[in-house]
Amino acid sequence: MASLAIPENLVYERPESFTDAPTHYCPGCTHGVAHRLVAEVLDEMNLTERTIGVAPVGCAVFAYNYFATDFVEAPHGRAPAMATGIKRVQPNSIVFTYQGDGDLASIGMGEIVHATARGENITVIFINNANYGMTGGQMAPTTLPGMKTTSSPNGRDVELQGYPIRMAEMLATLDGAGYIVRRSLHDPKNIRLAKKAIRIAFEVQNRGLGFSLVELLSTCPSNWDISPVESLKFVEERMIPYYPLGDYKVSPAIASMKVG
Amino acid sequence: MARELWEGNQAIAESAIRAGLEAYFGYPITPQNEILEWLSRRMPELGRPFVQAEAELGAINMVYGAACTGARVMTSSSSPGISLMMEGLSYIAGTEIPMVLVNVMRGGPGLGNIAPSQADYNQICKGGGHGDYHPIVLAPASVQEAVDLMPVAFDLAEKYRTIACVLLDGSIGQMMEPIELPAMRELKRTPFPWATTGAKDRKRRILTSIYLEPLDEEKTNLRLLNRWKDVQANELRNKEYYLDDAEIVVIGFGTAGRIALSAVRTARAQGIKVGLFRPVTVAPYPYQRVAELASKAKVLLVVEMNSGQMLEDVRLAVNGHTPIEFYGRLGGVVPFPDEILGEIQRVSKVTPKVVDDPAAVWLKSMNASTK
Repeated sequence: MASLAIPENLVYERPESFTDAPTHYCPGCTHGVAHRLVAEVLDEMNLTERTIGVAPVGCAVFAYNYFATDFVEAPHGRAPAMATGIKRVQPNSIVFTYQGDGDLASIGMGEIVHATARGENITVIFINNANYGMTGGQMAPTTLPGMKTTSSPNGRDVELQGYPIRMAEMLATLDGAGYIVRRSLHDPKNIRLAKKAIRIAFEVQNRGLGFSLVELLSTCPSNWDISPVESLKFVEERMIPYYPLGDYKVSPAIASMKVG
Repeated sequence: MARELWEGNQAIAESAIRAGLEAYFGYPITPQNEILEWLSRRMPELGRPFVQAEAELGAINMVYGAACTGARVMTSSSSPGISLMMEGLSYIAGTEIPMVLVNVMRGGPGLGNIAPSQADYNQICKGGGHGDYHPIVLAPASVQEAVDLMPVAFDLAEKYRTIACVLLDGSIGQMMEPIELPAMRELKRTPFPWATTGAKDRKRRILTSIYLEPLDEEKTNLRLLNRWKDVQANELRNKEYYLDDAEIVVIGFGTAGRIALSAVRTARAQGIKVGLFRPVTVAPYPYQRVAELASKAKVLLVVEMNSGQMLEDVRLAVNGHTPIEFYGRLGGVVPFPDEILGEIQRVSKVTPKVVDDPAAVWLKSMNASTK
């Protein structure tokens, strides 16, 4: 008698580089997507056992609960310095930081600029959601002009509060930068492109080709005070025009690299 | 090994290398630059990491990261730089990982100056950064002692999973003295059961200083405190000179203690029954030994290059049972042996009394003499 069982066609499963801990992120937030992309890349490249992650201060402070790798937790903004220390004494380890925009572009500006300038062979996943999520939605260096936050209640006034900082463009000016790109997490196509960039970034590190950073435009429905769907639209319609997606620095050695 | 003439800062750096320093991260600041400069040449020679960071914040957090792997790491700085490092030091203390800090004090507050000072005693001995923790602090009084304390600092840091600080000032950092360096130890990383080195063939590890649940944080604080009690019980180091029949006990650490020793020797030659107690561990402080000495002495004379910061610890040890006198110079001024000799002679001639605040008496005479 022919079997009635339908052959299993597994199309989706939890990456092995993830623990089974449920995340604390708000519904509709793209941190979970970004985490998953990193975990999938670690799986694909078989890097889990060699990887040491550096968690930031911010919403991703508990990232160490979700990745099945060794992890340390840095002071606010200092993740690239901690990652430098780890990588220098363990050059064969894969070291990545996962940082938000307040952490990386404000208090940690010195650390990220100099880690890039030194060409530290580390990977940085940079989440740009245009506000300080963890502390309740204050203005970040990346907050758009006119955007309301809890510390710019009338909208960011560039006359008084200055202009947003485009980190990818800025860091790409440094000779130490190897691979610096900006991607977005607002729809499936862009998520796939983001994953490819993260894969390249880890390949860059694994092959010793220098400093890699993937900036990911992300949502914060809770603090933006709009629905998750509207948040995705906000990224597409408001953030991408200010923060254009693209490759800002791809050193020649990386451009010729074959990934897959 | 033959004795060689070495500058303090360079000798400290070389001693750290021989003690198995695996990586160094630092930032220039006077008067400790020669540590950074020496290591910038020697570490690459030996194939060991050296990074000149963008700031003290970067340096201490590079140390933090490297220390998480169990590597023997250190940084060095001076007063304003140490202030900047306090954030990282607190995190390192909270994460319970070992590191060595060389703290070459200079005159302050603020930018102050680059002259030798002991004004950061409280800052480092009482913790410095936020939260409830205690670094181990060792205070050498000569280049040889500084050299000898470097391997001790690394060993203690690892034994107690804590910060060990070698506390000196610019005069010891920059003077040249004949010394004997320790033999080169093999560079070998201890596979600590907590180190984040990559989760190969073992459960993954997390190193963090965050304990969101107050009861967990309290437990952590108690663990740190109990470890500190072990340090207090087992790791006290002092130097004692001419104390057997001493009626006057001079107490000073580091450079102040060294200068006081010259004064004590001259006073002894003049027939004054005076001795010197020089704590080498200033944290933990040798309270019990000071109390014992105080019980036999007529008077204690505390000498410091600050306004009486260690004096507070002496008062705590003595608890009002023995008169205490204080002599200090501030702001980077180093006392001459004759000044301390004068104080010893003065104290030997009066009937000392227990006073509420020994530093207040000193301040009055300082104000009068600087008018």
